[in-house]
Amino acid sequence: MAREQQDYDDIPGTFVFDAERSREGYGINMFCMSLMKDENRRAFKANEAEYLKRFKLTPEQTEAVLKRDYNRMLELGGNIYFTAKLGATDGHSFQHLAAVMTGSTQQDYADMMLKGGRSVEGNRSRTGKNKPAKFVSGGVAKKLVAKPKAKPKAKSKSAKRK
Amino acid sequence: MARIIAGVGSSHVPAIGAALDNGKTEEPYWKRVFSGFEKSQEWMRETKPDVAIIVYNDHASAFSVDLIPTFALGCAAEFPPADEGWGPRPVPVVKGHPALASHIAQSVILDEFDLTICNKMEVDHGMTVPMNLLFGKVDKNGHWPCPVVPLAVNVVMYPPPTGHRCYMLGRAIKKAVESYPDDLRVVIFGTGGLSHQISGPRAGLINSKWDKNFLDNLSKDPQKLVKIPHIDYMREAGAEGIEMVMWLIMRGALDDKVDEVYRFYTVPASNTAVGHIILENRAKASGKRKPSAGKLKRAAARIKVERVRS
Repeated sequence: MAREQQDYDDIPGTFVFDAERSREGYGINMFCMSLMKDENRRAFKANEAEYLKRFKLTPEQTEAVLKRDYNRMLELGGNIYFTAKLGATDGHSFQHLAAVMTGSTQQDYADMMLKGGRSVEGNRSRTGKNKPAKFVSGGVAKKLVAKPKAKPKAKSKSAKRK
Repeated sequence: MARIIAGVGSSHVPAIGAALDNGKTEEPYWKRVFSGFEKSQEWMRETKPDVAIIVYNDHASAFSVDLIPTFALGCAAEFPPADEGWGPRPVPVVKGHPALASHIAQSVILDEFDLTICNKMEVDHGMTVPMNLLFGKVDKNGHWPCPVVPLAVNVVMYPPPTGHRCYMLGRAIKKAVESYPDDLRVVIFGTGGLSHQISGPRAGLINSKWDKNFLDNLSKDPQKLVKIPHIDYMREAGAEGIEMVMWLIMRGALDDKVDEVYRFYTVPASNTAVGHIILENRAKASGKRKPSAGKLKRAAARIKVERVRS
């Protein structure tokens, strides 16, 4: 079954680890989790393909792990806190992984962070939804604001409107 | 009667813990981060809470993808630091407060918040880094200054609980604490954030304007924050910036009107915008503190904030 479309699929350069990816990526993430133990790290390093057979990975997932294609791992259900353990097993810092995922050198990535990070401008949407969220551009509209104390009143209001 | 006297918001960037553990705090890059918490440690030493409730998230340490509880409350007597792949952090075992924790569990579950109870749990940098930032460095064989009730929130798998749900859980925790018979002065921490994305081609995203708005409203008008939909957090503050919903549990556990006694913000620590705030309830618990000292500190803190902002 094709992946169900979600509103957050519109965010560029982002694979949201949702319930569907969590289910698909169970094998990748549990493989990564196993790398918390030194004996497992050694076994993996000794024969990567063989070690991966202990986990139920699809051929695409296996290929992504063997190639260290971190973005593809995320797309196929890996979660960054888990895949970071694979990076650590390879002896890489987290910033190295971040640079790899963004397609830049570690130095360029580190410089970007020192200059205040990647700007949100132009990076909000794949489909041109580049207006800032209401909350940043001048507050959430009053009618949307929940007032926990006045709940019954709010309910009756909305009932009237209907 | 127990009371929540103040709330602390703090980022929990793992690299901050690594910098502390590897003696890098004097390097200019890290000194910029740690100096922002000097005033906070002074505040904490004077406030001397009896218990801290720490809202945080686990990062594939205690919870894998086998179990993903939305809200998990630590009711154990102690919580050992987790081995996150480089051996456990050299910090003391975190002592719990099982009596208060189980009281909170009982109260909030009857208030319709269906918590998971953890009678055995390891804790990772998500909790111990903010503890270091507020309590200072504590020798592995020493003791943290107070026991802790940990509340782990799922913000790793989408969807995390909504901001509104988090805020209301904070309300329920406040009610639970206030119905605890012993006189305890409690500080509640909300941790994580602020804006950051550490995954995928958009990694490195920071949105300082969002962060400043968030801190301003947290202090003055939290109702503006509780209805922010998840898509806005992820779009504007990064896929992992959604951790900020945990701060709303802390805010919900405070009074409507609070005094902001301190704020600090800097970019970056590793891949993340570091945010920190201290909010005090106006009606403080009886005894121990002189009100005049509070006023003085607030004045001092304001000066510090100005400096940080400029």
